[in-house]
Amino acid sequence: MSLIVNGTAVPAPADARVSLLDHLRETLHLTGTKKGCNQGACGACTVLVEGERILSCLALAVQYDGRQVTTVEGLAQDGALHPLQAAFVEHDGFQCGYCTPGQICSAIGMAAEAQRGVPSYLSDDLSADTTLTRAEIQERMSGNLCRCGAYNGIIDAIQATIAPKVPA
Amino acid sequence: MTPFDYARAGEVAEALRHGTAPGAAYLGGGTNLVDLMREGIARPDRLIDVTGLSTTIEERADGGLLIGAGVRNTALAEHPAVRQRYPMLARAILAGASAQIRNMATVGGNLLQRTRCFYFYDVDGARCNKREPGSGCDAQDGFNRIHAVLGASDACVATHPSDMCVALAALDATVHVAGPQGSRSLPFTDLHRLPGDRPDQDTVLAAGELITAVELAPLSFGANATYRKMRDRASYAFALISVAAAVEMDGDRIADLRIAFGGVAHKPWRATKAEAALRGGPATQQAFLDAAAAEFADARPLRDNAFKPALAGRALAAVLGALTTGDVA
Repeated sequence: MSLIVNGTAVPAPADARVSLLDHLRETLHLTGTKKGCNQGACGACTVLVEGERILSCLALAVQYDGRQVTTVEGLAQDGALHPLQAAFVEHDGFQCGYCTPGQICSAIGMAAEAQRGVPSYLSDDLSADTTLTRAEIQERMSGNLCRCGAYNGIIDAIQATIAPKVPA
Repeated sequence: MTPFDYARAGEVAEALRHGTAPGAAYLGGGTNLVDLMREGIARPDRLIDVTGLSTTIEERADGGLLIGAGVRNTALAEHPAVRQRYPMLARAILAGASAQIRNMATVGGNLLQRTRCFYFYDVDGARCNKREPGSGCDAQDGFNRIHAVLGASDACVATHPSDMCVALAALDATVHVAGPQGSRSLPFTDLHRLPGDRPDQDTVLAAGELITAVELAPLSFGANATYRKMRDRASYAFALISVAAAVEMDGDRIADLRIAFGGVAHKPWRATKAEAALRGGPATQQAFLDAAAAEFADARPLRDNAFKPALAGRALAAVLGALTTGDVA
């Protein structure tokens, strides 16, 4: 039993009760992924599994045996920040920073969803291509809370990097 | 969380062999069950992971769809046939939870999720007949803004939380179930129970029974449909009121329609009285409001939720107004 976390195979926990979040933080010491509410309400624990954003607090680690998990630690390439990480710095996409790893992983997952045409509750035409307007980003990112209220900066960072790559 | 064994089922028969043992529970995406276990509300000894079973969406020869119980919410909402032929279902799914949760949650798990009544979740501080049969109901005289106005009982005023299920109720879906005594199918609207004096039982499923698929019949006017949700914030909140509706017009009269409400009862509420009131009649705002009034004639509001029948009426009127004038979305 093993998971692939940021490209490295790691054993799954022996105790089935361990959440993916606790496994990342307590066993693998990847503390970039944050524990906020631990009940699926805040999005701080968002990670990517084969490119799809999920909540690691509601995921039992054993359920992800054999799957590829990417955390915020796995986004930088060759020592350079992921463009969205750099944009969060540039656009003040955070204040305390606690929600930031979840926001960034979530936004990367959102971009992939938009690119393959997943509609949102706001879509006028469910079959049309997605334009990531501010309103669309707000709706699609509503699972990530920011107690500091850095939402405007977060949306600016997303619009400056990810949104232009999604076909209008 | 109490300790439990975990096993991944490779086929339905294997799931049933494990799932019929006392203390066993089926595990989908875990978005509700893991939380319930952490809170001590659910205490299974053994989890049978069924996410690897029934993960396909099949087009039926008659134009319907057979949706595997293991299909993730996002996969269902983005399926081309759902977007084009059952937009009400796509919109209902997209109105629910957050994108992360929709990526995890399965169709079967969505059907079997439990109420978000505050008192159901308050293990240490509240009485709840659904959690602890016979203990009482603190919601009856408590903060009951989110609670039921139709079909409730003295024992329980909880609502069913799903958005997807409201659309499935309107769409005359069928639920396919496998169990130790064999397989069976039942109308979706018969799956969930009203609370009566057994609010601990959410559905009619027997112990060990496993939902394997949900089937949608073709609906000729399914494309002229939508789902609208009223809630305390614009996104990522459970419904105070939601309405799913599909309409077929014949000139200026309503030829046929489907209506279901969410946020009003212990089960997704198929609005047969409102449908009967409107079928064959004129598509006027007054007719829509009168139809909603007929549906909610037996409503029994609580201290904090007396706004629900009127809000449901305005929601229905807005949605039907759009659908009968071709101004959908």
